[in-house]
Amino acid sequence: MIRVENLEKQFGRRAAVRGISFEVRPGEVLGFLGPNGAGKSTTMRMITGFLPPTAGRVTVDDLDVVERPVEARRRIGYLPENAPAYGDMTVEDFLDFVAQVRGFDGAERRARVSATIERCLLGAVRRQPIETLSKGYRQRTCFAQAILHDPPILIMDEPTEGLDPNQKHVVRDMIRQMGREKVIILSTHILEEVEAICTRALIISAGKIVADGTPSDLKKRGGRERSLDEVFRELTRTEDVAGAARREVAP
Amino acid sequence: MSFRNIRAVARREWNAYFNSPIAYVFLVIFLALAAFFTFFIDRFYEFGQADLRRFFGWHPWLYLVLVPAAAMRLWAEERRSGTIELLLTLPMTPLEALLGKFFAAWGFLALALLLTFVTPLTAFYLGHPDPGVVALGYLGSVLLSGAYLAIGLFTSALTRNQVISFILAVVIGLFLILAGYPPVTDFVARFAPQSVVEGVAAFSFLTHFDNLQRGVLDARDLVYFASVMAFMLFATQEALRGRAAR
Ligand SMILES: Nc1ncnc2c1ncn2[C@@H]1O[C@H](COP(=O)(O)OP(=O)(O)OP(=O)(O)O)[C@@H](O)[C@H]1O
Ligand SMILES: [Mg+2]
Repeated sequence: MIRVENLEKQFGRRAAVRGISFEVRPGEVLGFLGPNGAGKSTTMRMITGFLPPTAGRVTVDDLDVVERPVEARRRIGYLPENAPAYGDMTVEDFLDFVAQVRGFDGAERRARVSATIERCLLGAVRRQPIETLSKGYRQRTCFAQAILHDPPILIMDEPTEGLDPNQKHVVRDMIRQMGREKVIILSTHILEEVEAICTRALIISAGKIVADGTPSDLKKRGGRERSLDEVFRELTRTEDVAGAARREVAP
Repeated sequence: MSFRNIRAVARREWNAYFNSPIAYVFLVIFLALAAFFTFFIDRFYEFGQADLRRFFGWHPWLYLVLVPAAAMRLWAEERRSGTIELLLTLPMTPLEALLGKFFAAWGFLALALLLTFVTPLTAFYLGHPDPGVVALGYLGSVLLSGAYLAIGLFTSALTRNQVISFILAVVIGLFLILAGYPPVTDFVARFAPQSVVEGVAAFSFLTHFDNLQRGVLDARDLVYFASVMAFMLFATQEALRGRAAR
């Protein structure tokens, strides 16, 4: 379970996240929605312990991510934004490195790496240096790294970004299937994806939660049934123009 | 502290050197310059002295430029490519990650140094240098490269820009050399009391490196190099803590 309490992040004088609280339980696939710069990635970076929060607290299965970072991270699989990976390594070596740090050894490690390569359909490129991969394959390699140790908690920042329609389908199926027993948080700009895989969605705007509910709840906001797209625009448009501009002038 | 994490990172970094042209360019340039200075500038053969002091005497200057070049990518590249976010969200402490990087790079520098073995062989062929003094010379050189490396690792953690990392490391290194460089200390001695000159020189790489070159094994010199490394590695850890500033 992930518990986020009054989380805040300040970059200099700019507030990126301004008091976010929520809880996610196993079996939930939570989608973060929100305009560019809303604070989705920053929130994820604080949950994974990469960025220290300015205020507030995150616990992962009751482990505080700031106080007990290593234990908390063992439970988390993380796919950062833009799918970073070591370009000089082959797909296989990269996953092997992650497997070492994740505590696998010998035959078990080889089996893990191979199984993950197969699962993420990376067999064709397993010996290729990551810097020579196409964007979609790189995305999948980083996705593979996140699920390699079968973590109870998955945090994925735009997991289907750059994938072709077939791959999007494969990845969504995997997420939906893993979501049955795991805690999953993902962010996306594709609203149909939210309806397809998320059991719940948070709309974040200007560092605050402006809506929280199942995708069908969100569509029924305001009494009548609308598309998620319309709801999203209504809730975040004001931020987009005035709010974002105002926040950007702060140094 | 988990040694398996340190080892995993060290192995990755070691391979990263050899997966790119960096390793080969570095080794060739290091060996070529070491040989050039020793044999051409110092005319090692003409003097016919089977003394390796001149050979080792160049090392502080060679390392001054080459070690920052080998170290600058260690963290700066992680920042630039975003992999730092992966590395530091794996179940490992920043200290383990930076020690892994440090040992890989130090091992690589030690390999470069080891490949200079032809020079002492030549000296042994030409005369009778004291093997103990040669061994201490190598020990001093390894410690010196580790101290430079710790500085380079630190400046690399400060920025995503490799050029800035390089320049900062060279400047710090230069300062630590010059504090004990005779032309500088002689100049300072003209207007400062001897105790001040010695106090400043005690901070210098050269002072402690020279002792080992002369074949003097003094615990204080070993402690000095160990302290520089420990301090710089600690500073690196603190720099990584403040990583929010990208
Ligand atoms: N390291 C940083 N230093 C300064 N400002 C930052 C830093 N990281 C993020 N920000 C700012 O924080 C705000 C939130 O950024 P964040 O990356 O969380 O947005 P996001 O919701 O993920 O947007 P996108 O949809 O574009 O990915 C932005 O205004 C951004 O410029
Ligand atoms: Mg983002």
